[in-house]
Amino acid sequence: MQSHEVADNGHGADAAARQTRYYVPSPSRWPLVGALALFFLGLGAAFALNGVLIGPWSLAIGAAILVWMLIGWFGDVVRESRAGAYRAREDMSFRWGMGWFIFSEVMFFAAFFGALYYVRVISVPELGDAAHKLLYPDFNPAWPLVTAPGLPAGYQAMGAWGLPALNTAILLTSGATLTWAHWALLAGRRSRLLAGLGATVLLGVLFLLLQAYEYRHAMHELGLTFASGAYGMTFYMMTGFHGLHVLVGTLILAVIWLRVARGDFDARHHFGFEAAAWYWHFVDVVWLLLFVFVYWL
Amino acid sequence: MPPVLPVLLLAVLAPPAVLANQLNLQTPVTSVARDVYDLHTLLLYITIAIVVAVFGVMFYAIVRHRKSAGHQAKQFHENTTVEVIWTVVPLLILVGMAWPATRVVLAQKQTRGEDMTVKVTGYQWKWQYDYLDDGVAFMSHLSTPRDGTLKTAGGPYLLEVDEPLVVPVGQKVRLLLTANDVIHSWWVPAFGVKQDAIPGFVREAWFKADKPGTYRGQCAELCGKDHGYMPIVVEVKPEAEYARWLTAKKAQLAAQADDPAKVWKLDEAVRRGEEVYRKNCVACHMEDGKGVPGTFPALAGGAITTGPVAAHIDIVLNGSRKNAAMAAWGKQLSDTEIATVITYERNAWGNRDGKVVQPKDIKAARGGQA
Amino acid sequence: MATVEDSAHLPHDAHGKPGGWARWVYATNHKDIGTLYLWFAFAMFISGGVMALAIRAELFMPGLQFWQPELFNQLTTLHGLVMVFGAIMPAFTGLANWMLPLMIGAPDMAFARMNNWSFWLLPPAALLLMLSFWVPGGAAAAGWTLYAPLSTQGGMGMDLTIFAIHILGVSSVMGAINIVVTVLNLRAPGMGLMQMPMFAWASLITAYLIIAVMPVLAGVVTMVLTDRHFGTHFFNAAGGGDPVMYQHIFWFFGHPEVYIMALPAFGIVSQVIPTFARKPLFGYASMVYATASIAILSFMVWAHHMFTTGMPATAQLFFMYATMLIAVPTGVKVFNWVATMWEGSMTFETPMLFAIGFVMLFTIGGLSGVILSVAAVDVQLQDSYYVVAHFHYVLVAGALFSLFAAVYYWFPKMTGKMYSEGLGKLHFWWSLLWFNVTFFPMHFLGLAGMPRRIPDYALQFTDFNAISSVGAMMFGLGQLIFFYNMVRSIRHGKEAPQLPWEGANTLEWKIPTPAPYHSFVEAPELKAGDNGVILSMQGGEHH
Ligand code: HEA
Ligand code: HEA
Ligand code: HEC
Ligand code: CUA
Ligand SMILES: [Cu+2]
Repeated sequence: MQSHEVADNGHGADAAARQTRYYVPSPSRWPLVGALALFFLGLGAAFALNGVLIGPWSLAIGAAILVWMLIGWFGDVVRESRAGAYRAREDMSFRWGMGWFIFSEVMFFAAFFGALYYVRVISVPELGDAAHKLLYPDFNPAWPLVTAPGLPAGYQAMGAWGLPALNTAILLTSGATLTWAHWALLAGRRSRLLAGLGATVLLGVLFLLLQAYEYRHAMHELGLTFASGAYGMTFYMMTGFHGLHVLVGTLILAVIWLRVARGDFDARHHFGFEAAAWYWHFVDVVWLLLFVFVYWL
Repeated sequence: MPPVLPVLLLAVLAPPAVLANQLNLQTPVTSVARDVYDLHTLLLYITIAIVVAVFGVMFYAIVRHRKSAGHQAKQFHENTTVEVIWTVVPLLILVGMAWPATRVVLAQKQTRGEDMTVKVTGYQWKWQYDYLDDGVAFMSHLSTPRDGTLKTAGGPYLLEVDEPLVVPVGQKVRLLLTANDVIHSWWVPAFGVKQDAIPGFVREAWFKADKPGTYRGQCAELCGKDHGYMPIVVEVKPEAEYARWLTAKKAQLAAQADDPAKVWKLDEAVRRGEEVYRKNCVACHMEDGKGVPGTFPALAGGAITTGPVAAHIDIVLNGSRKNAAMAAWGKQLSDTEIATVITYERNAWGNRDGKVVQPKDIKAARGGQA
Repeated sequence: MATVEDSAHLPHDAHGKPGGWARWVYATNHKDIGTLYLWFAFAMFISGGVMALAIRAELFMPGLQFWQPELFNQLTTLHGLVMVFGAIMPAFTGLANWMLPLMIGAPDMAFARMNNWSFWLLPPAALLLMLSFWVPGGAAAAGWTLYAPLSTQGGMGMDLTIFAIHILGVSSVMGAINIVVTVLNLRAPGMGLMQMPMFAWASLITAYLIIAVMPVLAGVVTMVLTDRHFGTHFFNAAGGGDPVMYQHIFWFFGHPEVYIMALPAFGIVSQVIPTFARKPLFGYASMVYATASIAILSFMVWAHHMFTTGMPATAQLFFMYATMLIAVPTGVKVFNWVATMWEGSMTFETPMLFAIGFVMLFTIGGLSGVILSVAAVDVQLQDSYYVVAHFHYVLVAGALFSLFAAVYYWFPKMTGKMYSEGLGKLHFWWSLLWFNVTFFPMHFLGLAGMPRRIPDYALQFTDFNAISSVGAMMFGLGQLIFFYNMVRSIRHGKEAPQLPWEGANTLEWKIPTPAPYHSFVEAPELKAGDNGVILSMQGGEHH
């Protein structure tokens, strides 16, 4: 039922320019519900971190509301999409919107890459320079930093060529399977599409499992924790936020898989699929940077 | 309610207040401060000229080109020539500003070639001065009484300290700045010096005062509750007087130095401990030992102050692991000071321990963790 | 054939005006959401203003009269945060919501539902901030800049503030994405990018800045959070971190942030001055390029807030030169405004008065900024009241005055009523006078050596502080005139004519007044000149 209504509007920039009406959704309760969810989450997190009893409860309530909101909101979007509300110009908006959203994510990661750069190039060498012998006569500022001016030694850095290299291969492969799925979608080959998407989801899950295993190894065998100075904090913060993004990306792809299985999307009309793919590739690229700057160099 | 009227009268009529309603930077007494002063004057004149020129034109238009004066609008909206001019001319003005500014920046950074070096450490909320060449070190605290009224202890309100930094005139003093807890900033306007003291890092600054006198400044970086109460006082003395001060200071410190082997009796330990408490602890735990609810715990009847002494020694010596505000005092206070302040805390405000913590106990506790 | 218009199970896209509270909480209409934003911003302005008055009351004379130092620091911190994130930014977003679709011929914002979420995230964030005053230990007290390691001390209030900032970040990034996409994708045919009103350009570039830097702020406060609770050492030398790193990352956000509060003001003034000078904006293209240059330069100057942290001389000089350079494009804008007035046929209704007030006082604030940018001099002025004077000139007489200009200017379009011109003029002259009484003496205080963020001060600073405090009370009182004027005029104002301003010629003035609930349901065909001046319009259905 999706193929026909786009026919009269066409697709792409020309069609968008010709389209004179734009779909404006009717009033919706989901934004308010979403705001409520974030309120409970924020309040709950602050309370929980300070040992106030209602903190975890508030967090749980917030999370539940958030899930409800996501299901409801995206449900509306899917319904509107199937009803043909989104034509060329709406599609274009979604593309711009997703692009700028990914840009904001890039900047979020940039803050942490900035921090990594700063400790490696500025603060750690400075703490080891001649002037600072006054404070830290014995500090050796080599990277990866396995001691710190004020911390007891007793942890080791993570190597690059074991699990991390394997994980790199997994993520790169998942990017390929996803593109393969996209080609299948464009060619109208649904079962190949499902297979490619499914493989991507499974590779995402595999990545996460391996990363969990890697964390265990780092904590128990290498003694490396969040509190292990400049190395430990950047390692966990950056791979952790990345892992969170992989998790979210995997969930999104899984939802897309379900939608494909249900019969959504066709060769011209599949922004939801593409948005998920863009996101996945973005997460991939972040990983490559992590692999180079956190694990390897 | 404070006595509003007398306070106001004092504030408005007191001669120093009126005289000091100054409109410009403080009178400089170092070459850098003088350079900064002159540079600021130059910038001020340039900016005033820009204001006069731009608003001269604007007000001319406002007066002449108004509808009520019957002026008809002309519809031009572009003119490449003027646009190029008003891009290039400001650029040239800026170059004119940047040129002398660069010189002064480089001078400010010229910290070497010093005659003496003082290490300055910012604490919440006091300064420590450590004469690295002479082995003299002391803390400098605000000495204005802190009861919310305008009493002073003999200097300008809020700008007086118990132990000023004393330096000789005409000598290049290099400062090595660091901090113990949060960022502070050592600022003496007359010297043209403001340098942040960053915990865990060392920063440099320098000054060479031309004129003997007493120069005052304040901590310039928000550093918590008593940020407004950590003044800086520098006494610049003639060479000979400085030498005399230094000798006297050394003697005084030697005399004050506690014999670490001394065994203290309860009442004298409490008396000494109270002094230490007033200097270091009142800011947070308050005069009455009740703290600030929610922020700083009460020591009167507190779990640790009335519990086993080992935990008490631990938190004072090593600080709190939960809250960085409670510092590791072992780094700043001597064994005697820590022993007596703990004794005081365990025997004040209704706490009745009755036992005396001795310096050797602290020494043992330090040894245990080294 | 299933098209949207006849699809049974899809809500019609030109639904009518829902009634009651549901209209506001479930809103997808850009005008309703814009109105919500504006009222919210005004409420926050009052809250932040009351905190400012509490600060000024304490500083009226030396000694501690009203607040303990800890509470004073909390007031200062929350005053800054509430004004920046609660008042000024939402007010600009609200105006963009209201006016952008009308100015470029769009039916609504690109993501109408998400737009509502952007708004409704603000009250929870504000609630978390305000709530923090009542938790043990009180609100955040580390200044609006939340410098580490001071911000790693302190109690739950700091955590609430961090999460509030996260929520505000989500809100403003989504709001900004909406603005960018609306401007890029929903312009009516004939409204090319280089024909857009300056206000649309300013909103577009501002939104770009928001998307680029709000995530960085979210990142850095997250590091504070993990330093506080999870044992990391981002800002602690003991683990190889550095307190100064906080400042670098914060100001990478913070400096663009100040232009986020300035560029929309430039846009507003660029609409108001041509209208009341009855003359096209001078140098439209150079205005666009100047705005873009300011945005780009704003990423390269952040360390001018850090001249006293002890950077190497080369860094000091680089950031000094880059900062000074911003005066050039900003100067271009000022000169263009003056040139727009030149040979015009000016009248001085309230919006024009505020716009002229803006140009004057913003320039003074900009020039004190240039003095601060000279590193050698900034060493004397950093963290003194001179800085407080500088940024209130650009924020109060800049951002806030431009907002007043905008609200008066578009009031008839929004409400269909005229405000009282007499009260508007009174509001302007009153604000102009007391603003200067409040903030001009702060230059002297800073030069003479008074540090900022202190609850009590040495006696030689008494007189100017007293003057400033009186000024602040009177300035605050003056805002009641504004409030009264708005409320009364919405209720009982005269009906506004379709074109209340003789010289107004952008698209929003081509549709009925007040603006119909749904405008441009069908995109109009436009022929537009510079700065959004509409030469001809066809079609464009409203209801
Ligand atoms: C709207 C907000 C806004 C705007 C637009 C600006 C604009 C500028 N600011 Fe300001 N600034 C703040 C808000 C803003 N600032 C805030 C909030 C702080 C303090 C933060 C905190 O610590 O809490 C601050 C602090 C601040 C500092 C740090 C001070 C310190 O802490 O030590 C500096 C230093 O360089 C500075 C510089 C400038 C400059 C050079 C400009 C320039 O953009 C100004 C350019 C404009 C002009 C110059 C006028 C017009 C030009 C002409 C008429 C042309 C001719 C002129 C010349 C040739 C000079 N600002
Ligand atoms: C963004 C915009 C913004 C705005 C609009 C303002 C507006 C005002 N600010 Fe603000 N200010 C900041 C941003 C802003 N400020 C920032 C970022 C800081 C730095 C914080 C920090 O150091 O961390 C700061 C810091 C700051 C300080 C320094 C505090 C310190 O260092 O300790 C002072 C001191 O005077 C001050 C004063 C004022 C005053 C008097 C107003 C006035 O313009 C307010 C006027 C408004 C009202 C008064 C409310 C409305 C009217 C009524 C409610 C009617 C009722 C009134 C009466 C009965 C009188 N501000
Ligand atoms: C900057 C503020 C500050 C100063 C100054 C300070 N303290 Fe504390 N102190 C604290 C805080 C905060 C705690 C709570 C620590 C925690 O929760 O783990 C604390 C806790 C304590 C405790 C434990 C109280 C209890 O029952 O939990 C003792 C004992 C103590 N301080 C003694 C001292 C002594 C002695 C000094 C001076 C030499 C001092 N403090 C100076 C902030 C301070
Ligand atoms: Cu120390 Cu402010
Ligand atoms: Cu800046």
